[in-house]
Amino acid sequence: MSFWPAMARAFLWALLLSLGVLVIYPLLWMALNGFRSNSQIFDTPFGLPDSWALTHYAAAWAATRGFLASSLLVTLVSTVTTVAISAWTAYGLTRTPMPGQPLFVAFILGGMMLSPTVALVPLVRMLQGLGIYDTQGALILLYTAFRVPFTTFLIRAYMLDLPRDLDEAATMDGASPGTIFRRIILPLCSPILISCIVLHILFAWNEYLFAMIFTNSPGVQTLPVGLSSMLSKQGTNFATLFAAMTISALPIVILFFLTQRYFIRGLTEGIGK
Amino acid sequence: MTDIHQDPGAATRQEPGATSRRVIQEFWRLRWVAVAVALVGSFVYWPIIDNFRVSLTHQDIFTGETSPAGLENYRRLTEDPVIGLALWNNLAYAVISVLFQVFGAFLLAAIIEGLGSPRARAFWRAVYFIPSAISTTVTGLLFYFIYQPGMGLMDGVLQGLGLGAWSRVWLGDPDTAIYAIIAMSQWQGFGYAALLFSVAIQKIPAELYDAARMDGAGALRQIWSITLPMTREMTGLMVIITVTGAFQVFNEVMVMTGGGPNNASQVLGTWLYEQGFNQNDMGYAAAIGSLIFAVTMACGLAQLWLNARRRVT
Repeated sequence: MSFWPAMARAFLWALLLSLGVLVIYPLLWMALNGFRSNSQIFDTPFGLPDSWALTHYAAAWAATRGFLASSLLVTLVSTVTTVAISAWTAYGLTRTPMPGQPLFVAFILGGMMLSPTVALVPLVRMLQGLGIYDTQGALILLYTAFRVPFTTFLIRAYMLDLPRDLDEAATMDGASPGTIFRRIILPLCSPILISCIVLHILFAWNEYLFAMIFTNSPGVQTLPVGLSSMLSKQGTNFATLFAAMTISALPIVILFFLTQRYFIRGLTEGIGK
Repeated sequence: MTDIHQDPGAATRQEPGATSRRVIQEFWRLRWVAVAVALVGSFVYWPIIDNFRVSLTHQDIFTGETSPAGLENYRRLTEDPVIGLALWNNLAYAVISVLFQVFGAFLLAAIIEGLGSPRARAFWRAVYFIPSAISTTVTGLLFYFIYQPGMGLMDGVLQGLGLGAWSRVWLGDPDTAIYAIIAMSQWQGFGYAALLFSVAIQKIPAELYDAARMDGAGALRQIWSITLPMTREMTGLMVIITVTGAFQVFNEVMVMTGGGPNNASQVLGTWLYEQGFNQNDMGYAAAIGSLIFAVTMACGLAQLWLNARRRVT
């Protein structure tokens, strides 16, 4: 449905192209500054690096390895717990009889409306009371609790659209709800489950608010917190910081390109329903 | 229903304990939601309630003493000049974001979806989306450097264009700090919004455009009378989501200025953090939390109302 006349089309391509440059160039600048020397960075914002040696990247890797490991741990574990709990809950809400079901739907999905900022003050004391302040467990717990509503919402919407013939037939054959969940419904839901996994990874990898407030020790802090603390620690060693930023952004950009289809499905299902 | 059918005698046998067994059975069905309800209840809902409780007290972090404060913290809200400033900054965030990430993104999506080649469409959608996948910590730090005088891209580009006189300490100037942060946020978010609009536009039946073309409607006319009205719901939803997000903003301000210089770029979220975690005034921080809660709740209710209306029509 190309409805643009030729003249307009040339103009539009110029517009799209300049917007594209506006988006990509700062990111490229970030990655390139990881190669340039500090004096070069201070000298001029433009220009290619004198050498393509990976020294700054190696230094950044050494400085961020601990944060990376922590981010990886928190991201992976909270992805598993969030998606598993959400799938289990969505199945219960769509496929099993239970008293007060609409109330539970409203309660769980309603959690999406609540802002994490408002919960900060009470959560400090709660986490201290539980003895998990400044641990990865605290982040895993919070990431799971705050993302279960949205993830359940996505999976539930998908399950509502699945035909009921299959599980009804399985019930006739005497399969228990647990078996039907694992053997029939979960495999059918795999597209939306992948979307949920990708979206949760994006969330957990990038989360800053909770990670900054509820963790202090360098061994526990995740990448976003580690990066912002590097700004003060590295002083004027900007090249290493640029390299660290690039290292931190790269996995998620690669993940986006590999799983674009699922990414987009998750994002649009979430808003379109 | 399955459990009873499998044992037809269970309901009629009337042996002692049958009722209690039925009650247990009913409760056993809740196993599906129990974990989620417990988690969301204790870590998402309860803190909100607890926040109201804390907001009615004075908390002394050093002695650990808590004393009732009545509405004192809320009265302070009305007298605190930074609250007014923060609200203004959040509002500016909301208005500018609606302009760029709702109306700008809509136009961009309409342009992209009007391209002939499906590959070109997918390409531009993906390119513009990239910044949204990156954490605001990274993009915030990146723009912190971009805005630096001397070494930053911003100055470099201005000088290249012969506009060197416009150059200033973007994040260090109280007049520009918040707008520099908002600009970064637009850079990061417009591609995500455009992507959502693209999907909404793809759902519009092609016949509508064919018919319009037959009637001699030009491209702009088609966008105005077909694309815009057909994506009205998405537009409404995006306005609400964008405004809600603007009142919850935290990361980019924290990373780029920490609310400075001289509180010029404080938003509600960073002011809550400053009061609660740097000044250790948890009671007042909780009152700021209540204010954020009230604003986001109003936005959330607007969204529910919009959804309900959409379902009826």
